[in-house]
Amino acid sequence: MPTVSMTVNGKTVSADVEPRTLLVQYLREHLGLTGTHVGCDTSQCGACVVHMNGESLKSCTILAAQAEGADVTTIEGLANGDELHPMQEAFRENHGLQCGFCTPGMVMSALDLVQKNPDPSEREVREWLEGNLCRCTGYHNIVKSILAGAEALRG
Amino acid sequence: MYQFNYQKAGSQDDAVSAAGSAEDPKFLAGGMTLIPTLKQRLAQPSDLIDLSGIDGLAGVEDNGDSITIGAMTRHVDVANNDTVKSKIPALAHLASHIGDPQVRNRGTIGGSLANNDPAADYPAAVLGLNATVITNKREIAADDFFDGMFTTALEEDELITAVKFPVPDKAGYTKFPNPASRYALVGVMVAQTGGETRVAVTGAGQDGVFRASDIESALSGNWSADAAKGVKMSDADLNSDIHASAEYRAHLISVMASRAVEAAG
Ligand code: FES
Ligand code: FES
Repeated sequence: MPTVSMTVNGKTVSADVEPRTLLVQYLREHLGLTGTHVGCDTSQCGACVVHMNGESLKSCTILAAQAEGADVTTIEGLANGDELHPMQEAFRENHGLQCGFCTPGMVMSALDLVQKNPDPSEREVREWLEGNLCRCTGYHNIVKSILAGAEALRG
Repeated sequence: MYQFNYQKAGSQDDAVSAAGSAEDPKFLAGGMTLIPTLKQRLAQPSDLIDLSGIDGLAGVEDNGDSITIGAMTRHVDVANNDTVKSKIPALAHLASHIGDPQVRNRGTIGGSLANNDPAADYPAAVLGLNATVITNKREIAADDFFDGMFTTALEEDELITAVKFPVPDKAGYTKFPNPASRYALVGVMVAQTGGETRVAVTGAGQDGVFRASDIESALSGNWSADAAKGVKMSDADLNSDIHASAEYRAHLISVMASRAVEAAG
């Protein structure tokens, strides 16, 4: 089996995997990073969103082999010890989650938005979330959380 | 997914020779359609040949009266490119509405065209704008490229390297997206270039993208939203599925075409 190596949350990692292994399986099953979720089989729900080389993507729709040598950040890479990342904190403060299943993907997606557009309008946030589905919240508090998180990050 | 071999090509020649020696190879570009297809076990290639390591396949070039877009250029990079935005804003608009942000961060124009999904957006751009598909072997005119759903004029070991779009006098693209997948239920590109009017429809046809000749004739005499809307499309060769009936799609074609004309100005 080929060896696939990359940097995940700042650490160099490596595992022997079948070519058909998805990045999300590599993260969850080989590295034990189960914060990245799988909610669908059709690339639609966004529960699996991580960052690769600084941009968000759906880790269920890329092979681990395609991420060879890449720099990957997952939800586990955001907090600083016990201190939540400002975007995570904003989700907590604003009741941006109920069951929490979609949340890792929402947060990772939101962070890609605010790095491109630090002061998004509510409409821009809603449009950006095209690729993230939530079965619980009705989105309203997610949008509120992202706006608050963006504000906190602007400082 | 079924098992396959994976290899990353370092050059176009590498990719072509790898394809030549594999039993049932597939080129892998952004993977935004191919990986889901493999996950559903709808395809069983022996080898995936990853094109992402090949230099020189991505980027936009301004040739004055046309622009050339490298096959591995991602949707996000077409959508945000200043040349595309100023010369063919309809194309930038189209690229900015493919899938969702994460799909646009990975998906490529070459991958979308080679796959020729009947509901993909780019086929409507290529056919409507009368683009030329450039491969490692030849140049293929838009009218000769698409060959029915998921089928193109490409040969097994032929690789799209770029797409050349003539700059139109006017062009507009409007789609009615499926609310979950953002694929086009119906998407229409209208364009006028040097006196020629073209109207290409994606999402609706049983054989994939096609030119709506009735709307083309209506618009060449009278370039207006009303002229497009006045055309009653036949539902004979249109798709019917859980998302929309053929009759509904026929109606949407005229409506989307008229909005595309409005967007084109
Ligand atoms: S699990 Fe990746 S989009 Fe649903
Ligand atoms: S909080 Fe439950 S899926 Fe979003």
